[in-house]
Amino acid sequence: MKKSAFGGVLVLLLLAAATYAAFFVAPLDTRQGLIYRILFLHVSSAWTGLIAFFVCFVANLAYVWRREPRWDWLGIAAAEVGLAFTTVVLITGPIWAHPVWGIWWTWDARLTSTFVLWLLYVSYLVLRTLLEESERRALFSALFGIFAFIDVPLVFGSIRWWRTQHPQPVVMGDPGSGLDPVMLKVLLFYWLAQTGLMILLLAARYQLEAARGDLEIARREMEAA
Amino acid sequence: MKNLNSVFAAYLIAWGVFFVYYVTVARRASAVREELQKLKESLNRGK
Repeated sequence: MKKSAFGGVLVLLLLAAATYAAFFVAPLDTRQGLIYRILFLHVSSAWTGLIAFFVCFVANLAYVWRREPRWDWLGIAAAEVGLAFTTVVLITGPIWAHPVWGIWWTWDARLTSTFVLWLLYVSYLVLRTLLEESERRALFSALFGIFAFIDVPLVFGSIRWWRTQHPQPVVMGDPGSGLDPVMLKVLLFYWLAQTGLMILLLAARYQLEAARGDLEIARREMEAA
Repeated sequence: MKNLNSVFAAYLIAWGVFFVYYVTVARRASAVREELQKLKESLNRGK
């Protein structure tokens, strides 16, 4: 308990420092003005969400291979956390797009593939509520999670492979693309803080699922007694 | 200071999403722990 409280305080301090850096350390963008400061939150949330979905994918593969409940617990935890971050991406994107593009939303490859990703992981969670028996639920959702992950490389590659309204990558893009060095440092710092938050949420959600596992065992014992 | 409101709104909504999510996880965990405790007690009484 003390460990998680310490982790929570550390993550809060990191987030506060990263937000201060996003507003007061990163230089002003001369073309977009103040609105570009959403970049630090939006891009780092997108990266963190994709990492959470990767964790979910690995856990799903591990469950199919090993059939150990802990991989199922990690899979559901990572899917939910990834969904929280992707929700933030889908909310902050239009807030940023409206003053810059003049529209809230467009169905280009990046925005559409991200929305489909969100829908896929919502379906993953819905699927779990439809299956009663725990082993069947774990196996089916693991298989669905492996399928859902196919969209992650599409989201990553969409702005590299196709012409989109969404800007080209600011990191790992074409030669000549990229961010001002101070902006990049602030973005990486924000990402570090968001990764800390992801780990904190993942740990809390995993513990919940583990407790549910214990509850199910206790129920079975109760029925058998 | 053009678009300052939009920037604040984006950050506040994002923190709101994470905060609400954390609270729902904590509430669900506390409900499960409570139910588990009750079950364990009734199991012990039955033995």
